[in-house]
Amino acid sequence: MQAEPRPAARPVATDLAQPAGRARHFLRVVGAIVWKDLAAELRSRELLSAMIVFALLVILTFNFALELDRSPAARERTGAGVLWVATVFTGTLGLNRSLAMEKDRGSLDGMLLAPIDRSALYLGKALGNLLFILLVEAILLPVLAILFNLPMLRPLLLGVVGLGAVGYAAVGTLLASLAMHSRSRDVMLPILLLPVAVPVLVAAVRATSGVLAASAWDEIAPWINLLIGYDVIFIAAAFMLFEYVVEE
Amino acid sequence: MIEARGLKKAFGLRPVLRGVDLEIASGEFVALMGPNGAGKTTLMRILATLSRPNAGLVRVAGFLLPAGAAEVRQRLGVVTHHTLLYSDLTAEENLRFYARLYALGRADGRIGAALAQVGLERRRRDLVRTFSRGMQQRLAIARALLPDPAVMLFDEPYTGLDPDAALMLDEVLRCVAQSGRTVLISTHDLPRGLALAHRVLILSRGVIAHAVPTAGLRPADFADTYAQVVRQAAYAG
Repeated sequence: MQAEPRPAARPVATDLAQPAGRARHFLRVVGAIVWKDLAAELRSRELLSAMIVFALLVILTFNFALELDRSPAARERTGAGVLWVATVFTGTLGLNRSLAMEKDRGSLDGMLLAPIDRSALYLGKALGNLLFILLVEAILLPVLAILFNLPMLRPLLLGVVGLGAVGYAAVGTLLASLAMHSRSRDVMLPILLLPVAVPVLVAAVRATSGVLAASAWDEIAPWINLLIGYDVIFIAAAFMLFEYVVEE
Repeated sequence: MIEARGLKKAFGLRPVLRGVDLEIASGEFVALMGPNGAGKTTLMRILATLSRPNAGLVRVAGFLLPAGAAEVRQRLGVVTHHTLLYSDLTAEENLRFYARLYALGRADGRIGAALAQVGLERRRRDLVRTFSRGMQQRLAIARALLPDPAVMLFDEPYTGLDPDAALMLDEVLRCVAQSGRTVLISTHDLPRGLALAHRVLILSRGVIAHAVPTAGLRPADFADTYAQVVRQAAYAG
């Protein structure tokens, strides 16, 4: 015998009908996704440990491959390049794994089934990826400072590193969500990401070497402005495009 | 409660759904059966708002898809053979995460009730990776029940379960059926589908080839009918 049917018209969360309620829900969803990524990573240490080891290997390899008795000017240019090469390699590794794990475990469907704004899902994943990249940078900078004898902990330099990492995580999260549908996603992500990320990488390297060389603000400012512009454009573009990229 | 008319879906040049028509009334428990590749999962994903059809009309819980997808998601619970859970979070953390995504008030009470319903309240603080496959599937059902959905979709939930775990899942599904929810379950297990459902549909080569109420239907007779319907559809294709 069939049970008494339950009504379908009742929404689960009535406060989502109001703009303020939707905004609160948006922020809570972003926070929940970041918390989930961090909590899972702290327990498994699957992703972060691989990223840190890989980043350290990259800078150690460069350190041995390049001459150690470089002039200060050469060290500043080389140090900036090595920092961003290590960031790009480890960032790509992290971005790929972060979304591939969601796809492989089916948990991405779990989030897509929930009544959430797709841009909240994007922002949550991008912030999680940014945090991982920044954690790796926090370890890389002192190591680079020692190996290359460079003042890597200047406040302006930390700002440049932050802006570059934001841009890379913003565009990387969007393209990783596109690449995860492909069978050859490990190859696909760098192929898609590196050409698109060229402006942010050039600007980040130039701004970093400018700060390390203690160049005048007029010389560094255009590169920092380019970084800010890139970040704004790609975050806005990703907000608009993510829904179409992540859904079938 | 669930309605599809002329539903078509192709992946590239390969048609998977060739015009599915189905209607499931409020409170009805329907089993969807069919051979591998018949299009069951594709149909489930379209009804679950995870995929868009190429043609046809779909209405779930009174809302047309894809326009009403956000409304449907608030009223829908989905269980698949993937558990949609995070193995490095505890059972409670998983449910709390989903409670936040669904903007559920009184989350503690809901989480406790959902875990009690599937018999996992004593394991609430254990990591999901320490759970057996059957326990993970029960937790997946708790996750789907959390927003108290009016419509539930189960896509081959018995996959990978041992006989004991399958019996426990039967019990949970019976409770779900008695709660008055509208349920569509896809399964390869003919006797189990007949025992649980009010009506059974056979999907073959992308169309609903047969629909019959389960009342008075004997498993052996239905197995013959199933084989015949699938064979006929294969010849017709």
